[in-house]
Amino acid sequence: MTDVAIVGVGCTKMDEHWTKSLRDLSTEAGALAVKDAGLDGKDIQALYVGNMSSGRFIGQEHLAALAADQAGLIPIPATRCEAACASGSLAFRKACLAIKSGEYDIIMAAGGEKMTDIKGPEAIAALMGAADQEWESAIGLTFTGLYALMARAYMNTYGLTRDELSQVPIKNHFHGLKNPLAQFRFEVTAEQVARSAMIADPLRLLDCSPITDGAAAVILVSDRVADRFKNPIWVKGSGQASGTLALHDRPSLTEIPATQIAAKRAYDQAGVGPQDIEVAEVHDCFSIEEILAYEDLGFAPKGKGKDLLLNKDTWIGGRLPVNTDGGLKLGHPVGATGIKQLIEIVRQLRGDAYNQVKDPRIGLTHNIGGTGATALVHILGKER
Amino acid sequence: MESAPLYWRLKRQKYNLIGTRCVTCGESFFPPRSFCPTCRRRGRIEEFQFSGKGEITSYTIIKSAPKGFEQFAPYTVAIIKLDEGALISGQVVQGTPATIGGRVVPVFRKMYEEGKEGIIHYGIKWQVDGTAAEK
Ligand SMILES: [Zn+2]
Repeated sequence: MTDVAIVGVGCTKMDEHWTKSLRDLSTEAGALAVKDAGLDGKDIQALYVGNMSSGRFIGQEHLAALAADQAGLIPIPATRCEAACASGSLAFRKACLAIKSGEYDIIMAAGGEKMTDIKGPEAIAALMGAADQEWESAIGLTFTGLYALMARAYMNTYGLTRDELSQVPIKNHFHGLKNPLAQFRFEVTAEQVARSAMIADPLRLLDCSPITDGAAAVILVSDRVADRFKNPIWVKGSGQASGTLALHDRPSLTEIPATQIAAKRAYDQAGVGPQDIEVAEVHDCFSIEEILAYEDLGFAPKGKGKDLLLNKDTWIGGRLPVNTDGGLKLGHPVGATGIKQLIEIVRQLRGDAYNQVKDPRIGLTHNIGGTGATALVHILGKER
Repeated sequence: MESAPLYWRLKRQKYNLIGTRCVTCGESFFPPRSFCPTCRRRGRIEEFQFSGKGEITSYTIIKSAPKGFEQFAPYTVAIIKLDEGALISGQVVQGTPATIGGRVVPVFRKMYEEGKEGIIHYGIKWQVDGTAAEK
């Protein structure tokens, strides 16, 4: 079986890029990744692009061919992958599988989203394309609303308090201080979170990831060529699972089964368990989801996720730092997010992260689409 | 936002709470499914009339609304476990505040308008049982 390694990474700043289009951003990220790998564009054999909704955000479909065209990569095959906010990880997984098939040795997997060309309410409606249009969007639900339904159910069942939930943005804003690519770089206090504008009760502004423009890219290679590169980081496990599209179709609002199944698959492939993970990027689109992820990924027992925050286990310096780049609170260009998370873990394992954990050997990324209708978990390692 | 053909297609289900049920395993579906995910090919689907009565399992109050709903914010959305078994997302009309475990009954209401000249969408909302809600 072919093994896959990541040998180059590139990411734009997470920002409201009013002067840059999606083609500018994706080309910028791709060029950075090619340079980081010490390659030339002509070495790339295929391109996979994660993007959620360029059709609704900028009116542009057929994005993968456009990205290849703009980056000077034609005529290589270019494929767009869509699974809402998990589109980036999906593109990465498809690229891994394409290398494992034996068809290619060097591939670029990228992700990008340009979200600020349309007005706020239009962007909220566009994002709702990831939910059930006929039965969730049609009654005025929003993504904050959907996660608010989960947050209230969780708080009611497990006694999570407002201030305990606020530990997620407090930690992630603190982590993001050192990340020059973060959209926001300021600390927040429990009081500021509790006083920020209510978006969908009980979730407030500082519980939510922002509307962001950005792109990210990685270069993947097969073990046949990996020894040509310095510091390859190996893909040890890749798991993907699906759940019901509508939140209301799930028997429980306080867990995401697709995460649990994708995680088990990735752990089994990598031959590790949750206790072996030394650094992780989890999908904190809204504060509650980071706590659900701790539990669904097996980092904490059900109902005890908050303990990892209160004991500072998931803070930098703790036993399992989570979202060391600031997570999605500091930028969530949805199609780019999965790739951005993988880049942070690659940097941590290479030892050149902005907010470096001491000598981690195994890291994990967790990326979900919608309210968990798609989940992808990847495990990366320093050793093959 | 629903298109006119989609709105027309879902009219019976949305106005009358007509869902489906799998005769093979007995599970009921609202929103209706035309294929039983448990029995798959062995499932036999028939129409099923829901009462619309049920219980709130969680709720939120939307302050920041999507396009088309801005004029109604803030409004309450809940997940409702219908007495016949299925779960559905629905708006709870203003009046008595929603609570987890609270009983609700269906009422027919305007959902939203597509601008001044556009289609007016109607459908079912829910009101807390035993209370008088605003129209
Ligand atoms: Zn059945």
